[in-house]
Formats: sequence, C-alpha cells, structure tokens
Amino acid sequence: MLLPRLALGLLASIGRSTLELLRGTGRVAMFAAVTISHLVRPPWYPTELLHQLLRIGYFSLPVVGLTALFTGGALALQIYAGGARFNAETVVPSIVAIGIVRELGPVLGGLMVAGRVSSSIAAELGTMRVTEQIDALTTLSTNPVKFLILPRVLAAVIAMPVLVGVGDVIGVFGGYLVGTERLGFQSTTYILNTIDFLQVTDVTSGLVKAAVFGFILSIIGCYFGYHSGRGARGVGQATTNAVVTASILILAANYLLTEAFF
Amino acid sequence: MVAVPKIELVDLHKSFGNNAVLTGINLRVMPGESLVIIGGSGTGKSVTLKCILGIERQDRGGVLIDGRDSTTIDRRAFLRSFGMLFQGAALFDSMLVWQNVAFRHLHARRPMKRTAARELAISKLSRVGLSAETADLFPAELSGGMQKRVGLARAIATDPSVIFFDEPTAGLDPIMAGVINDLIRELVSEMGATAITITHDMTTVDRVADHVAMLHGGQVRWTGPVADMTTATDPWLDQFINGRATGPIETLR
Ligand SMILES: Nc1ncnc2c1ncn2[C@@H]1O[C@H](COP(=O)(O)OP(=O)(O)O)[C@@H](O)[C@H]1O
Ligand SMILES: [Mg+2]
Repeated sequence: MLLPRLALGLLASIGRSTLELLRGTGRVAMFAAVTISHLVRPPWYPTELLHQLLRIGYFSLPVVGLTALFTGGALALQIYAGGARFNAETVVPSIVAIGIVRELGPVLGGLMVAGRVSSSIAAELGTMRVTEQIDALTTLSTNPVKFLILPRVLAAVIAMPVLVGVGDVIGVFGGYLVGTERLGFQSTTYILNTIDFLQVTDVTSGLVKAAVFGFILSIIGCYFGYHSGRGARGVGQATTNAVVTASILILAANYLLTEAFF
Repeated sequence: MVAVPKIELVDLHKSFGNNAVLTGINLRVMPGESLVIIGGSGTGKSVTLKCILGIERQDRGGVLIDGRDSTTIDRRAFLRSFGMLFQGAALFDSMLVWQNVAFRHLHARRPMKRTAARELAISKLSRVGLSAETADLFPAELSGGMQKRVGLARAIATDPSVIFFDEPTAGLDPIMAGVINDLIRELVSEMGATAITITHDMTTVDRVADHVAMLHGGQVRWTGPVADMTTATDPWLDQFINGRATGPIETLR
C-alpha cells in the first residue's frame, strides 16, 4: 500500500520538477531572445556598457589571473607525476598549455566569474526591482532591458574572452614557473615545447567557450535579479539561484561545446 | 462637447494570488484636476497607480487615457510627459542626486550637456527645499525625507503634464510637508498639470485636492469634491478622516 504510493509520489515529483525545469528554460530563453532583440533597436547606452566592461571585465582580472596561475602550477605537477610513469615527462609543457587553453582556463575562469559577477548582477537588479528602481526607469521613459540588461550581457560577452586570454597566458606561466623551478626544465625548452604543440584552434575554441560562458553567466544573473521576489529574502534567493544555475549551465555548455570542437 | 477624462478607471480588478486587492475600481480624473486618493494602508492605492501605468497588469477592467484604452495608446508618448514620485522614492542608488534628478535630460535621445543638466537639477532641488550641496551626494547619504524630496524633484524635472505622487509628505516635518503641498498645488494650478496624489496626510488633502477618492475593500468607497468631504455622512469616510479607532473599518488588517 505504502510502497506504490511512495513510488507514485516520487514519479509525480520528478514529473513536476521536469516540467518546472522546462518551463524555466523556456522563460530564460524568451528573456535572452528579448534581450538580444534590443541589440538592433536604438537607443543604446554606451556609457553603461563602458561601466559594465570595467566592472565585469577589469575588476575580474585578479580573480581569473590567480585562478589560472595556481591551476597552471598544479597541472604541471600532476602531468609530471603522470608522465613519469611512462617516461614521458617532456610532455608537461604542451599538455599544460593545451589543458589550460582548451579547458581549464575557460571553465574555471567562467565559474569564478559566475561566482563574482552573476551574484552581484542578481543582487543589484534584485534590489532595484524590490526598491521599485526598475519601475522608476520605466516611468522615466527608459527601457530597463536596454538600460540595465543589454549592457551587462554585452560587457560579459566581450570581457570573458579577454579575461580568459589573459588567464591562458598566466596559467601557462604558472606551469612554466613550476616546470623550471621545481621540475628541472630548461627555460627555453619549456617555452619552445609550449609553442610548438599549441594550435590556433586550441586558443580560439577556448575563447569561443569564454564568450558563451560570459553570455550565460550574465543573462542568468540578469534573469534572476530582474524577476526577484519581494524583500531581502527574494533578493537573497535570486542571488543563490543565479550562481548555482549559471555554474551548472556553464559546465553543461562546456561539455556540448567540447563535443562540437572535438 | 463633453470633456474627456484624462484618466479613467473602469471596473479595475487586480489580485496577487489569493489576495484580491482591487475588486472593481471606478474613477475619473479630468485634465488639469488634482485627485487625492486616501485609504488605509494596504488597500491597493499604490497598486492602482501601477495599473494605470501598465507596470502591473490588471486582471479585469480597463484604464482609459484621454478616453482611449491604455493598452492601445502609444505608451511611450504618454510617459514622455509624465512624472511619478514612488512611495519609497526609488532613487537610483548608483547615481548621484543630481544625476537622478536630471536622469531624463542625461539619457534623452539628444542628451543635455552635463553642466547644464547639473544646473537644472540644482534648480529643481531648490524647489523641493534641498540645497545645492545635496546634488553631489549619493541617495544613500540622505535621510528618508530628503530622498523623498529628491524623488519629487526627479518627477517634476521635465515639467510633466501628468504627475503621480505616492505619499509625498510621508516622513517629512510639517514645515517641509507644507512646502511640498504648495508645490503640488502650484504644479496643478499654474502649470495645468493633472495630478493624482496618494496620502494619509489630511493637510495634503485640504491643500492639494480638487477631488477626493477614498479606497476601501478594493473599491472606491467615497468620491467627490473636496468641499463635500466635511459634510459627507459616509461612516467609512468619517472614521478615516477623523482617525477614529471605532467604526466600520476594522483596525485589524
Ligand atoms: N508585487 C506584489 N506582489 C504581491 N502582492 C502585492 C504586490 N504589490 C502589492 N501587493 C499587495 O497588494 C496590497 C496593496 O498594496 P499597496 O497598493 O502597496 O497598498 P497601499 O494602499 O498601502 O499603497 C497589499 O496587500 C500588498 O501586499
Ligand atoms: Mg502605497
């Protein structure tokens, strides 16, 4: 008696969450489509874009740079340990570079920026929603999507590839530091090995990923902030949802993009 | 020819979930007239204004602007000559006070020069009793009453022809409240603006209103010219304007 009921309840709850997920996906997709449609409809607010480029791009540099530096270093140690098992220690420079540029740079950079930027966008827009600043924009003849959302999304899409590009260089440098200081590589050998095996598509695929992740983390932050519930609780919920959703979507998108570039 | 109301609400209904806030509001405001809406807190006064603006979508009923359904008019054209003071001021906290006041001028198709916009903002600030020094502060550095007045300055910055004030004197001292009341009256009498003011402040009613509407239970309980208010016999209105604890309006809401 109890078992079938539990099973049914479980099925129902799976069905409900699936439906909710689909509905949510649809709403986010609509939101993204509306945002993109404003790209071709004036007025635009270039000073807002500059503001956001500074906030999202420039001020994320330390986070992305440090992440890349430590990741590059750790990667060099790991690959050395792995490579030593079949006398292939010399692959360290090229594998570090490929690992950073194709995968870890964009993914870890994306996750770090999601933590930093999705949350702050969601909190900011959520507070603006709760304190009626978004309504006030409308009464001042200003479209909130054009004024608030589009600049943030554009800024993230532009800034992320640049951030990841810089992060790539720093990450490879982290590997180089560990390689030359701890693992006994010759400086020139390490650099030559890095450059020789790295292909242009390694770099470009990583940068395309970065742009996609920039879009995801900004549109998700905007979505949850813009539709924030009432009160401090609503804003807190929006912030959490934004970071969690953006991170998961970044990882999922990373898999799909990797398949596509494979 | 019969004059067309500037704003008319016809059988407006609005619920949030199970909370039926508006259950059939009927109201009209003639051009150049000042309507004051009174009513207990939580009776849906602010929601009514938001429905007029289309910020909230009503469940049923209509909003007519110049006699035409508000969903079919050019809302952008309407908003161009419109100003609103929000209950919580709703200032942009990332911008300086003067940038808030001159927001429309700074973000217009052809933006005003920053120095000119700042001058203009300072002159508007002086109209709401704020000194030029406040112009370069952030909203968070001001008291609630000062924020309210900045919100007012922003609402009137482009000399709009339709203005909504949501509790303009809440949080102000009596002298400043007097200044604001006079300002609103002046906008209506001298600039010919159409105004809707929400208030709990009976001096605002006396000084600002041509007409008064009292909301209760999701409907307009009483409406009429301000002069008729004192002689009206409606027990709800009587209890409200005299602030009696006993009467038909429950004090537990
Ligand atoms: N966005 C909203 N979501 C849910 N409930 C709301 C919302 N806005 C207003 N309400 C509810 O509507 C009622 C009327 O609110 P309001 O118009 O702000 O009252 P007031 O007459 O004091 O201005 C309140 O019960 C409030 O909780
Ligand atoms: Mg209110």
